[in-house]
Amino acid sequence: MAEPSTSASISVEINGEVYEREVDARRLLVHFIRDDVELTGTHIGCDTGNCGACTIQLDGQAVKSCMLLAVQADGAKLRTVEDLANDDGLNPLQQAFSSHHALQCGYCTPGMLMSATALLEANPRPSEDEARTAIQGNICRCTGYQNIVEAIVAVNA
Amino acid sequence: MSSGARDGARDGARDGVRHRARDGARDRVRHEASTTAVATETTELQKGSIGTSIPRKEDGRLVQGQGVFFDDIRRHGTGYVHFVRSPYGHAKIVSIDVSAALALEGVYGTLTGDEVAIHTDPFFEMSTPPGANIKDYALAVGTTRFMGEPVAAVAAATRELARDAAELVEVEYEPLDVLVDAREAVKNETVMHEEAGSNVVWSGVFDWGDWEGAKAEADHIIKVDELHFHRFSSTPLECAGALVEYERGTGQWTLYCNHQMPGIGAIWMAPALRTSLDKLRFVTHDIGGAFGNKICLHPSYVALCLLARKLGRPIQWTEWRTDQHTANAHGNERWFHDVEVAVKSDGTMLGFNVKALDDCGAFPRYEPLGCIIWAQVTPGCYAWRNIRVDFTQVTTNKSPVSPNRGYSRMQHLWLTERIIDIVASELELDPVAVRKLNYVKTEQMPYETPNGCVYDSGDYARCLDLALELVGYEGIEARREEAAARGKLLGVGIGSTLDSGTNNFGQSQLLNPELQFSGNNEAATVKLDIFGEVVVTLGTVPQGQGHETTASQVVGDIIGCSPEQVHVRPGHDTFFNSHAGFSGTYASQFAVTGLGAVKGAADLLRAEMIQLAAAVLQAPEEAIELADGFARIKDGPDEAALPFMALGAIVNANNAFLPPDFNPTLNHRFVYRPYFGNVDLEKKMGKLTLTYATQIHACVVEVDEETGVVEIVDYAAVDDCGVRIHPQIVEGQVHGATAHAIGAALHEDFVYDEDGQLLTSNFYDYHVPHALDMPTLKTAAIESPSPFTPLGTKGMGEGGGGGIHCICSAIQDALKPAGKPIVYDSCNPSHRVWSMLQDPEATRANVKVVSR
Repeated sequence: MAEPSTSASISVEINGEVYEREVDARRLLVHFIRDDVELTGTHIGCDTGNCGACTIQLDGQAVKSCMLLAVQADGAKLRTVEDLANDDGLNPLQQAFSSHHALQCGYCTPGMLMSATALLEANPRPSEDEARTAIQGNICRCTGYQNIVEAIVAVNA
Repeated sequence: MSSGARDGARDGARDGVRHRARDGARDRVRHEASTTAVATETTELQKGSIGTSIPRKEDGRLVQGQGVFFDDIRRHGTGYVHFVRSPYGHAKIVSIDVSAALALEGVYGTLTGDEVAIHTDPFFEMSTPPGANIKDYALAVGTTRFMGEPVAAVAAATRELARDAAELVEVEYEPLDVLVDAREAVKNETVMHEEAGSNVVWSGVFDWGDWEGAKAEADHIIKVDELHFHRFSSTPLECAGALVEYERGTGQWTLYCNHQMPGIGAIWMAPALRTSLDKLRFVTHDIGGAFGNKICLHPSYVALCLLARKLGRPIQWTEWRTDQHTANAHGNERWFHDVEVAVKSDGTMLGFNVKALDDCGAFPRYEPLGCIIWAQVTPGCYAWRNIRVDFTQVTTNKSPVSPNRGYSRMQHLWLTERIIDIVASELELDPVAVRKLNYVKTEQMPYETPNGCVYDSGDYARCLDLALELVGYEGIEARREEAAARGKLLGVGIGSTLDSGTNNFGQSQLLNPELQFSGNNEAATVKLDIFGEVVVTLGTVPQGQGHETTASQVVGDIIGCSPEQVHVRPGHDTFFNSHAGFSGTYASQFAVTGLGAVKGAADLLRAEMIQLAAAVLQAPEEAIELADGFARIKDGPDEAALPFMALGAIVNANNAFLPPDFNPTLNHRFVYRPYFGNVDLEKKMGKLTLTYATQIHACVVEVDEETGVVEIVDYAAVDDCGVRIHPQIVEGQVHGATAHAIGAALHEDFVYDEDGQLLTSNFYDYHVPHALDMPTLKTAAIESPSPFTPLGTKGMGEGGGGGIHCICSAIQDALKPAGKPIVYDSCNPSHRVWSMLQDPEATRANVKVVSR
């Protein structure tokens, strides 16, 4: 009998670019994004799926990219923090994070922004509680969340 | 209510309080409502951007995923490291066999404790004996003393492979008796460090004023048998790590890393590696939070340096979260025994006497500094003059500690606040009135404490009034009744804290007179370059505090340009940034030492720019002003103005006409050094820190009578850190410190079982606050400028753990109707509160009142 295959060829669209790579079957999606595609804006803050620093959008949904294998993303469209700014500069959410001082060290920020982006796409005018619920899976150790929540609520207020 | 306040629920400020707007934010209106200030001394420097919340320079890159954290750096041929860690709390290492790991394809090499013992010397210890005799290496040598201690390291082509290979390393252990309780360790029945011969690292008695006299004068002595400050840490979201390169030809290591205090890191590492300081280049860029937890990275970094040299390739290590929790840096755990407090019948506190027992985990590392750092705030916010502290620190088979936000002062301030509330409760005194009666008063400032520290400025009573107003203290009795009708016990708590900043390292000599550390310093450079670029380098190592922004505000105001024109290089680089012996970002000091250095360098540059402009424009120096990016003649014609670009170009590229005796460089370094004088080693007295920021917290909690669940329903923090360069950044620090305190007070606890197994080794079991756990925080600020600092500022980032004290205080107040239990532990998850509700007498047995 043949040896079981331990790698696979995948094709993933990230921020509008298609990447075709041979990846180990056990490669986490976040390591694929950071180490193979070298988009290092997506961060890693834990090894247990708690912290949300690795949050991206997969086919429009906010997901923690450490909780998926790269092979599971085969054929999917991903969006990472690098795709948020537009030609005019920061998008309104990024701008709100800056003006509300919603970031200090900036390590959780990419994940926060991606969770908030998914929220605002589904619910453009969230209440404070809705904003808190949307980022419940993202840990920040610097801000106490208050300014993050204010920034999210302020985007379309 | 302030005009234009949109959000009434948020707005704690009431009539009669002056409001101060924060600039730069889109939501100017709301912040006007939430930030209040008293009149401040207007200094000459405040006319520019100082005091306004300009957009942070750091934000643009960080919100676009363009920050550069150490783990983002790639090098060809890198060996990724995985540490093999001890599963035991205490065990003899019988043998280590790495052959199976080495046989795996793609494994580059390994490192074991035996090699470390051959190639390095033990790290320098700060203690006197017995602590001085402890041998601490990069990897466990012969014995492992805590769960998670690295015993070997494997480097391989990928992270996954390194982890696989680490699994193949066979280590034979012989388990030894485990010490997890400092109260057992101090008995020395089992000794962890044979070479030290004792578990005691350091002990000493601090005796200031006249405790026996105070005791004789008192109407009441309140005694508390035992209080416990628990073990937790700030757990920065970015774990520790580094990419290390070794250059064989020069013997130089470069560490792209997240060490927050490279100056001290190098002092530990260079002698251990048997090299000189100049061979260690630390480079940081963006750091994902540190909070003191990234000060003691030298053991791991030495292992990486050895691997980089041994294997001749770049070596990368990123700590796993579980390892960060298990084996990097916990905060100091401390027991307080036999507390006695001398009180007059009117509530005047005369002093206290306590035995403190500090648990530093398996190795001292930054310790025993924690055995003295608390003394910066010996009397807390209070005027008691007679204080006796018998302090002992021991090792246990738990993770070594490291400074952790509020380091050592927080534990002591928790004690002083516990004392106030226990005394108030036992003597039926009003906790607000007792505080105000005993607070050091504004008119007493600068105030010398019983141990010779000087509280520079502040108004604690006013901060308390503001905090109480923000939580709606006035109507509290009606709210208690309303809550009781819902089965909830409502309580109000207060946490009065001082954030002492800008250490005098001379205090280390109170622990060990042989130590050659004293004073403090920080460096910065400011230059004006050919095209008019203003470039600043800092000795500090920011991790989210916005140093690029605030430094640019100070420089811009001094040399007369906007902060946007000032480029502050991100991060730290030992080779390219100026730095001094104590450089780093720690201990609440950037606004004093860091900006003091920036101001000094900018002042030098300013003087030279004026000199140069005067020479070029043929005008007296007094006639020159620097403003809007020009050096010009005051009230002179428009053409009598030189843009900064002209000044930079003249000096750097077009200087033939300058007279031979005039040699401006437009490139200045300044080392800021606060003056402290000597400490008195005999009386253990001296100026231990330069500034004292105040944070007074107040909260209202509701405790569920059936379950013991605590809900924070109102929360306010009032900050006074003197002149605020950037009020929004200050408020952000207050929010963050409060979140850490709330987490610690209600959930975060590093719990070990009797075998030394850490039970809370990840974010599932160690619950840090999430967005829904945090109450809405109301903040206010007053400004009492420090008379001792160049800008009137005070360091304030650590915050003194105000939230822990205030939540403990509120829980005790809430439980009063349920048998008056005493809050005896700094961590009060629902199960502990429930136990207090069930058996209040068990906690009351801990307290006695002896009255005259």
